[in-house]
Amino acid sequence: MTRTLGWLVVLALVAGLVMGFLVAPRDAAQGNVQRIMYVHVPSVLVAYLAFAVVLLASIVYLTTRRESADRIGHASAEVGVLFTGITIASGAIWGKPTWGTWWTWDARLTSVAVLFVMYLGYLLVRGMVDDRERAARYSAVVGIVAALDVPLVHFSVYWWRTLHQPPTMLKPGPSAMPGVFVATLLVNLAALALVYVFLVTKRVALLRREEEALA
Amino acid sequence: MSRFDSMMADFAIQISALKKIYGGRPILSDVNLAIRPGEAVALLGANGAGKTTLLRILATLSRPSRGTAVVAGHDCVKHAERVRERVGFVAHGAWVYEDLTALENLKFWTTLSGRPMSAETLRVALTAVDLDRFAHARVRTFSVGMKRRLALARLTLSHPRVILLDEPFAGLDQQAGKWVDEYLAAFKAGGGTVLLTTHSFGRGLGVADRIVILAGGTVVLDTPAATLSPDDVRRLYEAHAEDEA
Amino acid sequence: MSYARRAWIVLWKDALAERRSKEALNALFFFTLLLLFIFQFTLGGDRERLTDALPGLLWLGFVLSGLVGLGRAFLTERDHDCWEGLLLSPGDKSAIYLGKLAGNLLLMLLVEAIMLVLFGVFFNLDVGRHLPALAGVVVLGTVGFAAVGTLFAAMTAQVRARELLFPVLLLPVLVPVLLGSVKATEAVLAGEGLGGVTHWLKLLAAADAVYVAVGVLTFDAILEG
Repeated sequence: MTRTLGWLVVLALVAGLVMGFLVAPRDAAQGNVQRIMYVHVPSVLVAYLAFAVVLLASIVYLTTRRESADRIGHASAEVGVLFTGITIASGAIWGKPTWGTWWTWDARLTSVAVLFVMYLGYLLVRGMVDDRERAARYSAVVGIVAALDVPLVHFSVYWWRTLHQPPTMLKPGPSAMPGVFVATLLVNLAALALVYVFLVTKRVALLRREEEALA
Repeated sequence: MSRFDSMMADFAIQISALKKIYGGRPILSDVNLAIRPGEAVALLGANGAGKTTLLRILATLSRPSRGTAVVAGHDCVKHAERVRERVGFVAHGAWVYEDLTALENLKFWTTLSGRPMSAETLRVALTAVDLDRFAHARVRTFSVGMKRRLALARLTLSHPRVILLDEPFAGLDQQAGKWVDEYLAAFKAGGGTVLLTTHSFGRGLGVADRIVILAGGTVVLDTPAATLSPDDVRRLYEAHAEDEA
Repeated sequence: MSYARRAWIVLWKDALAERRSKEALNALFFFTLLLLFIFQFTLGGDRERLTDALPGLLWLGFVLSGLVGLGRAFLTERDHDCWEGLLLSPGDKSAIYLGKLAGNLLLMLLVEAIMLVLFGVFFNLDVGRHLPALAGVVVLGTVGFAAVGTLFAAMTAQVRARELLFPVLLLPVLVPVLLGSVKATEAVLAGEGLGGVTHWLKLLAAADAVYVAVGVLTFDAILEG
């Protein structure tokens, strides 16, 4: 089954690349560097998906103590951090030619950075607590706190960057985009989501084998 | 199921096929032990044999990897809180806050357990362990023996049916050790069940009805203590526990 | 009600122990004083720049002293197996969390009050004029800080490299509380009152509610050690 999934992922990634580089037209204002949005935006969305899964897995683990829930949470957090890193990196790569700097404290980048550090903390807890069962419980609590904090971080950072105005929009989103942009985004989103599923599946299997080897 | 239930009711502690893996190593592989109400059992074993691990599982401080442990009629994993209401646990640490007085320590622990008590009741408990003179002294000034006695006073106030003690004689002088012996004998006489681990062959065996030796993660000997002298016990121990690496 | 009494007895125990040893309060008082010196040395040259930075500096001071205070919150529990004693005491363990939270909150508020006085003296901050509104903001922010802080302090109490893990876990989570508190404090000290920052206050209140709720619900999973 993972073999089929693996091929599906490759296919989807190729489709995404083709759409991103060949099908979608060059952006009038920003030029070719805008194409990195097709990685940046889907990455952050997949990261949010990953952390939502961590939240669910953490709650399930704390209530049932099922080890499978713990493995899924662990794997999802790792892949989520990976995608958050990709988001930040692609954001910086986009930022340099566009804004002239690698980093800027704009709302989205800042809240993603906070997200990154929060879940790095999750992985740190896993790494620094020797007893497996204790690590699972502690990181589940961190996973829950971090996930519930995400909307708070989002709002607070956005308001912080919008001076002296009560907030009107829920999120700074792109204005109406032509169909082909949206289509390219969706294809890449699907591709990255599949990458997520593939990586988590592999990681969970690896975790299970590690435990069996120790038992 | 009802025969099983009535069997359960016969035992204060019932351990079946208990297994505990820690850090990849099996500490307990297959422990089976049944202790009746009013019995006192002394658990012997080399360092690392799993005595403390077993005791901590029974005290609900740790979960077994496999198997079941039922204490005072309740499963240690599924109904841990009910076990905690009925079981007393005494280990090396005496559960004392050094900046508080003996009386204040007792007040804290009894209130935290949901059974707040009057100062008179607490003083009576202190008198029973001969610490009444030190009721208002800060525990920081107490010796190891005095702290252990305070722990026993705390234990008494919670009216447990089963008490688990991990090396209760460690670090105690002759006088204090004799004191603990008397305490356990009185507790047993009142119908309570005792399970203690010990290293010494003289103390702790006095009150025991049975000797159990733990080695290789499992029970290798389970015998009535009445006929055995401390030397007999030492010989048995050396015979069975020697292969502990 | 037994639950409330159990939470209370935890607060009583910590307050009594602290009153006798005075360890935390003394250390934190001197730490606060030291912070003020450091702020002055690093930023003091330009009077105007310092005045502009005051709300941020105030909360920076609160955060740094809060980290020190919270980091010690479960220290006494590590001696004599008291931690296990807390776990083995029958009853809902979240009462212990609330008792600890109350104790930490009181300690932090006391230290913050001292810091406000010192800021008033050293940096000419007119605290008295805006006191009710300022107090409200400080309490709102500190509750959130103490709520997550108590939970994470319990979690890291028995982990190696506790001093590193605790702030690393706590600070990113507290970003919303920090932003909200500083923004609201800015408004108060600028004389604008709380009218324009109600969205921030609502955020702080929401954060406080979420953190306390999570603490209450997950504390016994942490206590199991």
